[in-house]
Amino acid sequence: MHIERPEGLDEALAALAADPHATLLAGGTDLMVEVNLTHRRPASVVALRRVPELREWDERMIGAGVSWARMESGPVTGLAQLARTVGSPQIRAVGTLGGNLGTASPAGDALPWLAALDAEVVLASDRGRRRLAWDEFLLGPKRTARQPGELIVGVQLPEALPPHQAFAKVGVRQAMVIATVNCCVVRDADGATRVALGAVGPTVRRARRAEALVSGTVRPSAAVLDRFEALVREEIAPIDDHRASAAYRRHAAGVLARRTLERCWS
Amino acid sequence: MIVTLEVNGEPCAAEVAGFESLLWVLRERLGLTGAKDACLQGECGSCSVLLDGEVVCACLVLAADAEGARVTTVEGLAGGSEGELHLVQQAFVDAGAVQCGFCTPGLIVAAAHLLETRPGAGDAEVREALSGNLCRCTGYGAILRAVARAQSQATQGGAP
Amino acid sequence: MSEVLVQRPTVRGGVGESVPRPDAVPKVTGRFDFLGDLHAEGMVWGATRRAWLPRARLVRVDVTPALTMRGVHAALTQDDVPGHRYQGQKVTDQPVLAEGEVRTWGEPVAVVAADDPETARRAADAIIVELDELEPLTDLDEALARGSVFRHVRVRRGDPDARGEVVVEDTYTTATQDPAALGTEAGLAVPDGLGGLDLWGPTQWTHVDRTQLAACLGLSPEQVRVQPCRLGGAFGSREDLSLQTHLGMLALRLGRPVKMVYDRTESFVGHVKRHGARMRYRHEADRAGRLVRVEAQLLLDGGPYELTSSAVVANSSYFALGPYRCQRVEVDGYALRTNNPPSGAMRGFGANQPCFAAEAQMDRLAEALGLDPLELRLRNAIGPGDHLATTGQLIEHPLPTAEVIRSVAAIPLPDALAPADDDPRRLPGGTGLTTPRDRVVRGVGYAVGLKNLQFSEGFDDYAEARVELTAEGARVHTAAIEVGQGMVTIIAQVVRSTLGVSQVEVAFDHTGRIGSAGSTSASRQTQMAGNAALEAATVVRTQALERLGGDHLDDAGVWRGEQLLAPLAELVADGPIEHHVRYRHRPTQQPDADGQGALHVDFCVAAHRAVVDVDPDLGLVRVVEIAIAQDVGRALNPQQLHGQIEGGIAQGMGHAIMEEVVLDAGVIRNASFTDYLLPTCLDAPEVEAVLVEQPSPWGPFGAKGMAELPTMSATPAVVAAVRAATGRALTRAPVRPEDVVGDLR
Ligand SMILES: Cc1cc2nc3c(=O)[nH]c(=O)nc-3n(C[C@H](O)[C@H](O)[C@H](O)COP(=O)(O)OP(=O)(O)OC[C@H]3O[C@@H](n4cnc5c(N)ncnc54)[C@H](O)[C@@H]3O)c2cc1C
Ligand code: FES
Ligand code: FES
Repeated sequence: MHIERPEGLDEALAALAADPHATLLAGGTDLMVEVNLTHRRPASVVALRRVPELREWDERMIGAGVSWARMESGPVTGLAQLARTVGSPQIRAVGTLGGNLGTASPAGDALPWLAALDAEVVLASDRGRRRLAWDEFLLGPKRTARQPGELIVGVQLPEALPPHQAFAKVGVRQAMVIATVNCCVVRDADGATRVALGAVGPTVRRARRAEALVSGTVRPSAAVLDRFEALVREEIAPIDDHRASAAYRRHAAGVLARRTLERCWS
Repeated sequence: MIVTLEVNGEPCAAEVAGFESLLWVLRERLGLTGAKDACLQGECGSCSVLLDGEVVCACLVLAADAEGARVTTVEGLAGGSEGELHLVQQAFVDAGAVQCGFCTPGLIVAAAHLLETRPGAGDAEVREALSGNLCRCTGYGAILRAVARAQSQATQGGAP
Repeated sequence: MSEVLVQRPTVRGGVGESVPRPDAVPKVTGRFDFLGDLHAEGMVWGATRRAWLPRARLVRVDVTPALTMRGVHAALTQDDVPGHRYQGQKVTDQPVLAEGEVRTWGEPVAVVAADDPETARRAADAIIVELDELEPLTDLDEALARGSVFRHVRVRRGDPDARGEVVVEDTYTTATQDPAALGTEAGLAVPDGLGGLDLWGPTQWTHVDRTQLAACLGLSPEQVRVQPCRLGGAFGSREDLSLQTHLGMLALRLGRPVKMVYDRTESFVGHVKRHGARMRYRHEADRAGRLVRVEAQLLLDGGPYELTSSAVVANSSYFALGPYRCQRVEVDGYALRTNNPPSGAMRGFGANQPCFAAEAQMDRLAEALGLDPLELRLRNAIGPGDHLATTGQLIEHPLPTAEVIRSVAAIPLPDALAPADDDPRRLPGGTGLTTPRDRVVRGVGYAVGLKNLQFSEGFDDYAEARVELTAEGARVHTAAIEVGQGMVTIIAQVVRSTLGVSQVEVAFDHTGRIGSAGSTSASRQTQMAGNAALEAATVVRTQALERLGGDHLDDAGVWRGEQLLAPLAELVADGPIEHHVRYRHRPTQQPDADGQGALHVDFCVAAHRAVVDVDPDLGLVRVVEIAIAQDVGRALNPQQLHGQIEGGIAQGMGHAIMEEVVLDAGVIRNASFTDYLLPTCLDAPEVEAVLVEQPSPWGPFGAKGMAELPTMSATPAVVAAVRAATGRALTRAPVRPEDVVGDLR
């Protein structure tokens, strides 16, 4: 195995340009599990943890190399809430936002937040940068639009962050658990509401009809919330697996989305 | 390839194969078998070590990427003189927080770090901080009592 | 002879004190060598090739591709087993490596040894294995219908015509639970150059391993030295062989040391589990709340090989209704042969599954009778002078059933969740922020457990120990295995209190040095290894006193009256005083055709009360507190007792709400710690424990083995609490969120 340990973004992009199929390594919390358990043996690795540009975080952009630990104590409420649920302190110390996007697991906890925010993913190669809307970036379970030679620089945030953001995640343990269902609801100052759910389909889903129902300035009545819950359930496509049945996921998604929405007023 | 590290204050170099984890290198190349290998998937924390001052799962650190890092393992925690224990180690002994002991090294590392970074952590905070360290034997009660004991000794310098 | 007058010292670290473990210091400093930490000069690494189907005809195994790889030293199949090709603790029906047919997912097919683990693994993968898929047998009722039965235990007692007016019946299920000891299987075999070998492997009973290993390796028992091992937990999963025979084969073939370590996924298929069970119960009571009739059919999933299943199902059957009187009992327990993963011993040994079902039945009966559930239990509680409702055995010695029930009920309930407490760590769903405070419902549930201590059904059960007294103090030799439970501390405490000498060390010997101590299981070592050490120490003390005509021994030496006759060093100047003992517990009987007889040595009871907070809409549960009152005979080491109680409870509550080996047509779908969830620190409830001390005549200083019960009745208590909170029937453990939510289309 060959490893490059670039100390700057340009150096990293050059390394990738020289070896476009090299495996990118950030915190290693996904990659090393594959190495250890399914015996994946990458031929070459570009390690990113020494690249300072990827750890930058400003108003409009969160670097791919920002760790969960930083997100957990950071200023973006939805992100802080979800970051706290990722793995354990050991995982959060090194695991990154970019790694979560790179893996693009259907249950990845950053993904509902990304989708609810309508955020964009910024990719770079030695030929330049491009920005993809979250749904252009996430193509399917563990599939993204990242091309060989590219790396994720970070997440581009909308001009104004929604003042209300709430995240919730169902798992059968009080901590350190992969989502059975996760959900992020954000609400702009004008009442525009966006709802995204994970682990209920091949990739993260927006519940757009449900959003339309509750977007606006008035606080929804119980009857509207009932309808909201029902719409959420219609807009997802969960499956049965060893973590839960499709029927439970569908049910829980409705409950979770409703409660998460309600938190936007508290 | 050769990777150079500082382990428990000592500079050292180890020959590593590409895919090997820091845990493997510590255990098999450097003979430091204190960190354990209960899952190799980041779930149990038995392999916890300090990497540049943070608690990480050594099984998830690619050894080749640890070049230049400062690593502290459970073997490097004890006090200066022979036979002297770290406050947390002594508290684990006294509180009966050790049964089979397989989780112990990782928990000691995590608890020592917690004590240093957040000495006044309350019960829920301690539990959250240690939630990445599984123990199958104790049910955690004695471990929590050990941490509380170490906390009170650290802050008051006396017995709890 | 010195005749100095000094103060008589009192023994330090004797019974009743919370003595710290002697191995705690090496464990906290990382210097305690577990099996996976062992190393031998010139060793090579083993790896196992496994089958990927739960059942198949084994068409072909070709190891040539492995053997031609660089760094590979051996690749062996069933044809290479030097001796008997089948192993097993009770019946030798498990092929060392698959032969003819693959009978379970992950069954070992071939083993290799290579310079390093990576090469070994790749070599194992390179072996050509051809399988012809066969339909696996995985359903318990189908296994019963096909007569795929290891053992049927039939219990009939009392008046066949006795009938009760109030009837409750249902079918209960408990999923397979993984012991999930934190240390995975690991071992080292070192040839001795004389044709034999030394073997370090995961074990709870070195001598029974030796018997099997010698037979399979074609050696005499003396040629196989099974070494005491340092285990990262056991809980039953080390009662059966895993990688030992493979290591032995490779080491003998190569004439060099071989080491092997299972990873977590391999560990899931590499050790036995708690039997999954389906149980049909019918309880009948009279209007006064007296149990009149219990009928139970218990189906236990043994997997393909017998291992300890025949003994496990006996326990299930004899403890099928708990510590209660009943006029008529009809139990049919079946250990079934299937193609699911092999099951065997796990903490509670078959008594847990029926405890889950029978305690649920008691609650339902109480409801049907309009009685308080504890009152119903008290009305039926057995104690000394009663007969066990299943086997008819007279309870001759302390069995404080009513006391544990009353004691647990007397423990104050924890505070209600404060209305303003919105710390998510105290709410169901935890940091996932799923559950607002006002959606939380609290429930309280009880369960009582009864279990036997030590081996039963006429088994000739013994433990050996040797005590040596030298100038340095006493040394106790035993082959008993310390699995982490603290026997090492207890034996030393017993010997200290017996001898009066504080300096006592326990030496764990290999099979060539001392006879069997029996298994570290069945709650037996405190009583068995403990009594063996106590008897040996008693004789040593007598001899020491006789040597000088003294009447008292302590740290100072031998005394007569107020006079010190000689210090220890002088006493043993002509050589150590030693004594070897083979201790047997009182004999037990074999069951008759109706399962009747004095089948057990002794019994132990505990009562649990669980308090849970439930989010009924999402089906999430947080266990707030578990209170327990436990019969312990006598508390030899209170700190250790609490450790066993808390640890046992965590395993029982884990099985109540999260721990399940998910099986899909014989395949484990969650063979990793990502998906087989163990309780974390944030899941662990507060534990309140009351020890009920009524000395047992069979224990050293009155102690009973006790470490299984905290697990047993914790599971039903937690599920009862969830039932109380939600009103759902919940007939399955673990309870899944969807079971709590119910009515999902
Ligand atoms: C015990 C445990 C618990 C976990 N719990 C959770 C959880 O609760 N929720 C959750 O969502 N995830 C969880 N994960 C998964 C994992 O921690 C996260 O997905 C994490 O964010 C991955 O980040 P990393 O930096 O460690 O990625 P790495 O493992 O380094 O990389 C992951 C993937 O992303 C690629 N990659 C990394 N950085 C970049 C980049 N800058 N550009 C392009 N590609 C890149 C890599 O090539 C690789 O394919 C858990 C993992 C473990 C081991
Ligand atoms: S071995 Fe590293 S977390 Fe389990
Ligand atoms: S003491 Fe055994 S796993 Fe913690």
